[in-house]
Amino acid sequence: AGSGTGSGAADSPEATGGSTGGGGWRRPHGPLQRYYGPSTAEAAEAAPDPTDINGPHFDPEVFMTKVRSECPLGQLLAREAALGREIRALDSDMQTLLYENYNKFISATDTIRKMKVDFRHMEAEMDDLAANMAAISASSARVSAALQDRHRRGAQLAGVQALLRKLQALVEVPGRLRRWAGTEPARALRCHARARAVLRHYRHLPSFRAIEDESHAIMAELAQRLRTRLREETLDPKELTECVEMLLQLEEPAEELSEEFLSQAGTRLEAELAALEAELPAADPSGTATTPPPPASDILDFVDRGSSAFVGTLCQLASSYRTLFGEDTGRLEPFAAALATRYFALLERRLALERGLGDTSLLVRALDRFHRRLRALLELLPAGADAAAELVARAARERVDRYLRALQTFFLGCLGDVRQALAAPRPPGKEGPGLPDLLATLAASVLGQLKAVLAYVQLFTARDVAFASLPYFKGEFCVTAVREGLVVAFVRWLCRTARGFADGPAERGAPAAPPALLLLLARLCLDYENSTISYILTLTDEQFPPQDSGPAVTPGPALCAEARAAAQRLLDHYVQVQGAAVAQMLRKSVETRDWLGTVEPRNVRAVMKRVVEDITAIDVQVGQLFEEGVRRAQSSDSSRRAFSVYSSSRAPGRYAPSYTPSAPMDTHLLSNIQKLFSERIDIFSPVEFNKVSVLTGIIKISLKTLLECVRLRTLGRFGLQQVQVDGHYLQLYLWRFASDERVVQGLLDEVAASAAHRCLDPVPMEHSVVELICERG
Amino acid sequence: MEDDAPVIYGLEFQARALTPQTAETDAIRFLVGTQSLRYDNQIHIIDFDDENNIINKNVLLHQVGEIWHISTSPADKGVLATCYNKTSDTKVMTCAAVWRMPKELESGSHESPDDSSSNTQTLELLCHLDNTAHGNMACVMWEPMGDGKKIISLADNNILLWDLQESSAKAVLSSSAALEGKGQLKFTSGRWSPHHNCTQIATANDTTVRGWDTRSMRQIYCIENAHGQLVRDLDFNPNKQYYLASCGDDCKVKFWDTRNITEPVKTLEEHSHWVWNVRYNHSHDQLILTGSSDSRVILSNMVSISSEPFGHMVDDDELSDQEEQHQEEKIKEPLQDSVIATYEEHEDSVYAVEWSSADPWLFASLSYDGRLVINRVPRALKYHILL
Repeated sequence: AGSGTGSGAADSPEATGGSTGGGGWRRPHGPLQRYYGPSTAEAAEAAPDPTDINGPHFDPEVFMTKVRSECPLGQLLAREAALGREIRALDSDMQTLLYENYNKFISATDTIRKMKVDFRHMEAEMDDLAANMAAISASSARVSAALQDRHRRGAQLAGVQALLRKLQALVEVPGRLRRWAGTEPARALRCHARARAVLRHYRHLPSFRAIEDESHAIMAELAQRLRTRLREETLDPKELTECVEMLLQLEEPAEELSEEFLSQAGTRLEAELAALEAELPAADPSGTATTPPPPASDILDFVDRGSSAFVGTLCQLASSYRTLFGEDTGRLEPFAAALATRYFALLERRLALERGLGDTSLLVRALDRFHRRLRALLELLPAGADAAAELVARAARERVDRYLRALQTFFLGCLGDVRQALAAPRPPGKEGPGLPDLLATLAASVLGQLKAVLAYVQLFTARDVAFASLPYFKGEFCVTAVREGLVVAFVRWLCRTARGFADGPAERGAPAAPPALLLLLARLCLDYENSTISYILTLTDEQFPPQDSGPAVTPGPALCAEARAAAQRLLDHYVQVQGAAVAQMLRKSVETRDWLGTVEPRNVRAVMKRVVEDITAIDVQVGQLFEEGVRRAQSSDSSRRAFSVYSSSRAPGRYAPSYTPSAPMDTHLLSNIQKLFSERIDIFSPVEFNKVSVLTGIIKISLKTLLECVRLRTLGRFGLQQVQVDGHYLQLYLWRFASDERVVQGLLDEVAASAAHRCLDPVPMEHSVVELICERG
Repeated sequence: MEDDAPVIYGLEFQARALTPQTAETDAIRFLVGTQSLRYDNQIHIIDFDDENNIINKNVLLHQVGEIWHISTSPADKGVLATCYNKTSDTKVMTCAAVWRMPKELESGSHESPDDSSSNTQTLELLCHLDNTAHGNMACVMWEPMGDGKKIISLADNNILLWDLQESSAKAVLSSSAALEGKGQLKFTSGRWSPHHNCTQIATANDTTVRGWDTRSMRQIYCIENAHGQLVRDLDFNPNKQYYLASCGDDCKVKFWDTRNITEPVKTLEEHSHWVWNVRYNHSHDQLILTGSSDSRVILSNMVSISSEPFGHMVDDDELSDQEEQHQEEKIKEPLQDSVIATYEEHEDSVYAVEWSSADPWLFASLSYDGRLVINRVPRALKYHILL
C-alpha cells in the first residue's frame, strides 16, 4: 500500500506526508481508525486520488500503470515484497478481531435472555405499590383539613409580636441615643441611621413624630458637641477625621465642614511648622554681621523631624480629606500648596545654615529622605513636585559651589605653603625640598582634593538616592553643575590665578611673587595642559556621564589652550623678572663706574662673576622643572675648547676696523653689513617651554642691557679693555646656556663695538692677555 | 591710497639728539645732533620737501662736543639749545648752551645736498648755562608757547630755571630746586606742560615721575614706581591738561591722569625692549609715537583716552562753514585703541622720535647708527580722523 515517493506532482499539500491521520502506508492502522470514527478534518483532507492506495478513490489500474511506468525494477520488487508483507499482516489482524468479537456477541445474547425473565416478575410488584400509595394520600388530606384553622391563628400572633418588638426599639431610640451620644457617638450615629428611615416614614403619626423630634434634638446636640470638639486644639488627625466623618453622617453641610476641617488641619500644621522654625535662628535682617550659632541639630535630624511630623500629618490629612469630601480637591490643593511652600522655605533656610562643608553624605541623606517622604505627598499634590525638585537641585548646586570655593581656598593654601617653603631660610648644607618635589606635592594634593570633592559630589547621583533619578540630576546636574560649574570653573580659576601672578600688581608696590613660584606655576599649568586637564575631564565624564542631548560643554582643548596661555605668560614673566634682575645688576655696575679714570684691568669685574653665578643658579632652577630643549646644532660638547679658540682667532678680526680710527663710514658700513646677515633679535619675546629657551631669553635681556648702558658712557682706554675682558668672560661662561651661541656672540660683539665707539683712546688689549685674565678667574 | 614710502637719510656719525624746529610752522624741518668722540660734531638741519619727497640738508659744526640733547626755541627759529659732553682725559662733563644758527639757514635753504658739505657753517654761541655747581645736564626745555625767554634745564638732581636776557646773550638762573633723598636721584628726562599757563613741568628719575610747579619750584605730585624700571621719557597730552604719557625700561608705555596717580589710565606693551621716547601728536592726541631700542617705531591710536574719544559730531551746515579747519572735523565712528603701524626701517636702537611741528601727519625717527627716517601717518587713518 501507499505511493510514497511516486506521488510528487499530483499530491495536494494536504494529502502529502504522514503527519495527519489521512494515512500513508507507514501507518497500517489508519484505515481501521477511520472505520470507527473518521474525524471531519480527516474527511476534508481526503481528496480524490486514484493512486492513494489507502484512499477511497483508489484505482488499481491507474496505480499499477503509474508504478510500472515510474519505478525501476529494484524498487518494484521491493514494493511487491512490502505489499505482500502488509497484506499478510492485515489478514492476521482481521482474524484476531473476528475472534474477539464473536465471544462478546455470545455473552451479550446470554445477558438479554436473563433480563427478559426478571422483568416479568417486577411488573406484579409495581401494581401493589400503586394501590398502597393511593390509600396514604387520601388519609393525609383528611388530617391537614382538620389542622388548617389553628395554624393560621399561630402565624398571625407571631407577626404581631415582631411588630411590637420593632415599636419597642423605636421607642427606645432616644434613650439609647442619649446614652451613647456622650460616650460612643459612633454607635449613636449607627443607631440613629437605622431608625431614621422608619421614623421619617411614619412621621404623620404623632407618637412617631415625637420620637423623631426627640432623636433629632439629640442628634443636633451631638452635632453641636462634635463641632465644639472639632475646634479643639488637641485633636490629632485621626480624631479629627473621625469627628468630621460623623458630622458628615449627620448631614452637616460638606462645604462648611471641609472649611472647618482645613482650618483645623491648618492650625495643626502651622504648629508643626512653628516647631520646626523654632529650631532655626531668627532671621537676621541686618545681614550677616554676626554668624549665627551652629544649629542645634544636624540637617538629617531636622529633615527627619520635618518629614515625619509635618509631611506625615499633611499626607494623612490630605488623604482623609479625599475620602471625606471626595475627589474634588479644589480647596485642598491651594491649602496644601501654601503649606508646602512654607515648609520648603523653612527647609531652605535650614539648608542655608549648612555653611561649611559639613558631612555631604549627611546632606545627601537628608535631601534623599526629604525627597522620598515628599513623594507620598506629591501623589496628592502634583504641583509641589517641581518646587521640591528645584529645592533639592538648588541645595545640590549650592553645595557644589561651596566645594568650588573650598577647592579654591585649598589651592591658595597650597600656594601659600609653597611660597613659605620657597622663602624659608635654609640652614647651610641642608637642602630644602626641591622644586620638583614642591610641584609634585602641589599637583598631587590639588588633584587629590579635586578627586575627593568629586567623590563627595557623586553622592548626589548615587544609585540608592531617590532624587538621583530626577532628570535634572541625570543630565543637567552632571554637566552644568559638576562638569562646568565645578571642574571647568576650577581649572579656569586656577589658570586665571596663576596668570594673576604674572599680570598682577607686581610692579606697583605689592609684593611680587618669587621667581621660583612663577616657574613652578608655569610648569603646573603646562602639566595641566599636557595631561591633567584631560585626565580630570575624563574622570568627571566617567563619574558623571553627560547626556547626548545635554547642554554644550566646554571642550577639553579650549581649557588646555587656556592653561597653555597661562603657562606661557608665566614663563615669559619669569624670564622678564629674572632678566630684569640680572640686567639691573649690569646697569648699576656700568652706570656707577668711572670708565675714564679706571686703571688697567687685572681681573674680571666681580659683577660679571655674579652674573654668571646667577645665571648658573637660574639654569639649575629651570632645569629642575623643564626639559633641556634643543640647542642649535653648532657645537657639541667636545668643541667647547675649539670654540674659544675659534672666537679668539676670529672675533678680534671682526671688530678690528672699528678700533682703528679710519674713515667714519667704514664702521657704519661694517656694522650695517653685519646686521644684514644677522636676524633681528627680539629681546623680550615669548620663550618656549624648555630650559635653553628660558636661559636664552634671560641672557638676551642681560646682554642687551649691557649694550645700551655702555653706549651711554664715555670710556677711557682701560675702560674699553675692561669691557673687553668682561665680554670675553661672559662669552666663556654663557654660551653653553643659550640655544644659539651666535646670539650671545652677536650681542657681545655689539657691546664690544659700541664700547670701542665710545672710547676716547681705543687701544684694545692683547687677546692673549684677555684670555689669561679670564682664565685666572 | 598707497602710502608714501618712508624717506631715509643717513648721517655719517652716530646720533641720539633730534628735534623739530618748533618755531617753524610752514616747512618741515628737523635738527639732528651727532655723537662722535673723535671728530667735530655736527648739527644737521634736515628740510623735507613734502611734495617732491626730497630731503635737503645743511650742516652746522658743533665743535664743543658730542650732542646728547637738542631743543629749539618756540619763538625764534634761529635759536636752539644743546646738551653736550665736554671730555677731558679723566673727566666727562655734560654742559648746555644756547646757540644761534646763521641767518640764512633759519628758514632753510634749498641748495642741493651735494655742495652743502663744502660750506659747513658754525653756530654762534649765545650763552652757556653755567652748571659747574649743579652737575651734568640731562636736557633743556623751552617754555612752550612762550617767547623763548625761559628755559629749564635738568642737571643731575637739580631743576634750574633760567631767564634769557639781552636777546639770549645772557642766561640768569632765576630759581632752582634740588631733589633730596635716598636712591637714584639723577633726572633722566623732563617735559614742560603746555597747560596751566606753562607753570608745570614733569621730570623722571629712576622709576619715579614727578610733577613740579615752576612758580614755587615745589613738587606737586609724585608717581612712585611709575615703571618697573627706569623711566626714559615723558610727554604731556597737548589737549588734555592732566594727561601724561611715560615710557621706560620695562618695555611699557603708560598713560597717567595726574589727578589720580595710583594706577595708570592705560598701558601699552608693544615693544620688545626699552622704550626711549614717547610723543603725542600735537594736534590729534590719539596718535602716539614711540621709539625703542628694539629698533622699532610704533604708531598707536589711543582713541579711548584722547580728547576726541568719539570724534566730533558736527552738523553738515556747520561743516560747510568750517571745512578748512582740521580741528573741527569729525570722526565717523569711534576707533578702537590699536597699534596703527610698526616701522622697521631702523637697524639699530631708536633713541629719538619727533612729530613735525609743521605737518601733523609726519614724523621723524633717529637711530643710533645715524639713520633718520621720515614717515607719514597712513592715509586711510588720516582721512578717517579728518572726515
